[in-house]
Amino acid sequence: MSEHTNTVSSLADPAARAALTGGFEDAPGAAKPDPILVVDNIVRQFGGMTAVDVQHLEVQRGLITALIGPNGAGKTTFFNLITGFDRPTTAGKGAHWSFDGRTLDKTSASSVARAGMVRTFQLTKALSRMTVIDNMMLGAQGQAGENLFKSMFRPTWRSQEREIEAKADDLLARFKLYEKKHDYAGSLSGGQRKLLEMARALMSDPKMIMLDEPMAGVNPALTQSLLGHIQSLRDEGMTVLFVEHDMHVVRHISDWVAVMAEGRLVAEGSADTVMSNPAVIDAYLGAHHDTDLGDDALLSEEHMQELAEEVAAEEAEREAEEEAEGLR
Amino acid sequence: MDNLQLILNAMVREAVSPQTAAVAIAVIGLNIHFGFTGLLNMGQAGFMLLGAYGMGITVWQGLPFALGILFGFGAALVFALVLGVPTLKLRGDYLAIVTISAAEIIRYVGRSSLLTDFTGSAQGIPGSQYTGPFRDLSFFPSGSLTLLPFNYHDVADGAVWVRLLGWAITIGAVAALVYLLRSGDRFSGVARNGLVVLLTVFTVLLVLFLFPLNYQWTGVSGWWVRFVAWSLVAVCCFVVYLLVRSPWGRLLRGIREDEDAIRSLGKNVFAIKMQALIIGGLFGALGGMVYVLASSVQPDSMGRSLTFFCYTALLLGGAATIFGPVLGTIMFYVGRVFIQQGAQVYVPDSIMNTQEAAWFSYIVVGIALMLLVIFRPQGVLGDKRELRFDV
Repeated sequence: MSEHTNTVSSLADPAARAALTGGFEDAPGAAKPDPILVVDNIVRQFGGMTAVDVQHLEVQRGLITALIGPNGAGKTTFFNLITGFDRPTTAGKGAHWSFDGRTLDKTSASSVARAGMVRTFQLTKALSRMTVIDNMMLGAQGQAGENLFKSMFRPTWRSQEREIEAKADDLLARFKLYEKKHDYAGSLSGGQRKLLEMARALMSDPKMIMLDEPMAGVNPALTQSLLGHIQSLRDEGMTVLFVEHDMHVVRHISDWVAVMAEGRLVAEGSADTVMSNPAVIDAYLGAHHDTDLGDDALLSEEHMQELAEEVAAEEAEREAEEEAEGLR
Repeated sequence: MDNLQLILNAMVREAVSPQTAAVAIAVIGLNIHFGFTGLLNMGQAGFMLLGAYGMGITVWQGLPFALGILFGFGAALVFALVLGVPTLKLRGDYLAIVTISAAEIIRYVGRSSLLTDFTGSAQGIPGSQYTGPFRDLSFFPSGSLTLLPFNYHDVADGAVWVRLLGWAITIGAVAALVYLLRSGDRFSGVARNGLVVLLTVFTVLLVLFLFPLNYQWTGVSGWWVRFVAWSLVAVCCFVVYLLVRSPWGRLLRGIREDEDAIRSLGKNVFAIKMQALIIGGLFGALGGMVYVLASSVQPDSMGRSLTFFCYTALLLGGAATIFGPVLGTIMFYVGRVFIQQGAQVYVPDSIMNTQEAAWFSYIVVGIALMLLVIFRPQGVLGDKRELRFDV
């Protein structure tokens, strides 16, 4: 256990993390020294279409790992599969995944969450017709009052309820939702619901939290504070795996990046390595991912000219290729 | 004047009848299914019928009354398990299909002539065969009682002006009560609750003063069965209150809102839904037992239509509230009697005879349900804020 706490505390230091990830191999399915999640041979087919086909993936404990990829790459399906919300087509035929040393091949979604791997959803699932605090308190684990027979007798769960509420208040304050405590969750904005869902997931003290596009629809100032919060979770020893399309966010907080395309894991590496990988640029980022489209400098005549030429050149190239193919 | 008194008398009698109390208990169970957990149970009448058969057959065969109650609950428990295991993992609509057909199966099995020795087939089990032990439990004296003993007959010989004045005050008291309940934020605390209780008691006494009820203490359908039935309603309300204010109740509402979200938080959704199905089913069985205590076990009296009455009453009173089911049931049955009796008394027989008046009352009930769902979907006691975010 002492060894464990050492790793955790050392991972709060960026240099230590850099040293750790520096030792990883930059290849899809790379082995990690202390993986919390190990996935083998997960395939999910919808009819003839293969949505996910991941041969091997390890997620290092105590780091923030980003999962990126184009729309339809199978990121969310992959999330569903490993959290028990969907079953792989290869179930029982070689699919194997384990979390924190525990095999999860046949585990239901609720047991996965109880094991310490809690997820959020891309389309938020705030419980609209319940108050924010009720939403939060549902997240806590091991509540005596959730037992049917004890539930009728308040003294058996009153003190625990108070503890849980204090914890919920604390989290709500951290996520700037405390003022909304007694409002119905349905009255929150989309971004606030994202926050609520994340806070609710944290109520269960997970070992690993899986966030499906946590920053979509959240305003920039809040994104900043959320990023800080996610980093502090990491520094406290939690493992984070998240799907995100905002490359600034990915670059900013992730220690390790895995890239999926067409269901497969195509690249792994630190953010900079992955983003300069030509395969990733082709499949996902696009050649101009580094340029800020909101930058006024881009609007100058000169630059527009340059871009137009580039585009024309690409077009010509593609046409030439097509012609060549047509001739063949 | 006398006609009106007749209609109003019939309404008050219906309001306190044991059948109304029995349906109220079943609706309380349905409220756990549909109101709190979002389970679309379309076979509550099946649960009632099982409770009634369990008790009726056991006592008819000469076994003790307590064992009969136990068998009634046991049958409902098994029924809930059998229905729940295959369907609760599927989407909600499937439970509706399975429950409505299972309830019909129970009814047809009960009607089957092969089982005449046990169920009495379509004729059912006459009340005289099994209500004896229940009446023996009564600690009420013999004879009969008029409630209230001091009533409008005693004031100025029941003159018209006494009754008119009384009715006016009753309407005023009900209006004040509604106003008090709706202005939730302006008044609060002990004073408000005290006032509500006082007004309610006053209104009930006034109604009994204006429409005295006369029954035997312990007859086939006397005060004893009414006392037991309404006491059970109170107990059921209290149990539901205890259940839904707890973290378990919070889980139920969470499941109603989004099962997957609850699953992602590590809760065993299947187990909780099963518990809710069983608890609501047991309330249904209890309702069924009370339903037949003042009549007979007849399979056709607990068919699909009773389930739909339960839903109407639930939506009328307000789903996911504590007293909504009780208020809704009373309003439903009283309203139906009002329409039926009114049509019978004031519409000439050439246009609508007695039989047609009964049918007409059901038509009006159907229209009322539609209007209710369109214009006041939260029911009488429901919280409108909850519905604003319906998605």
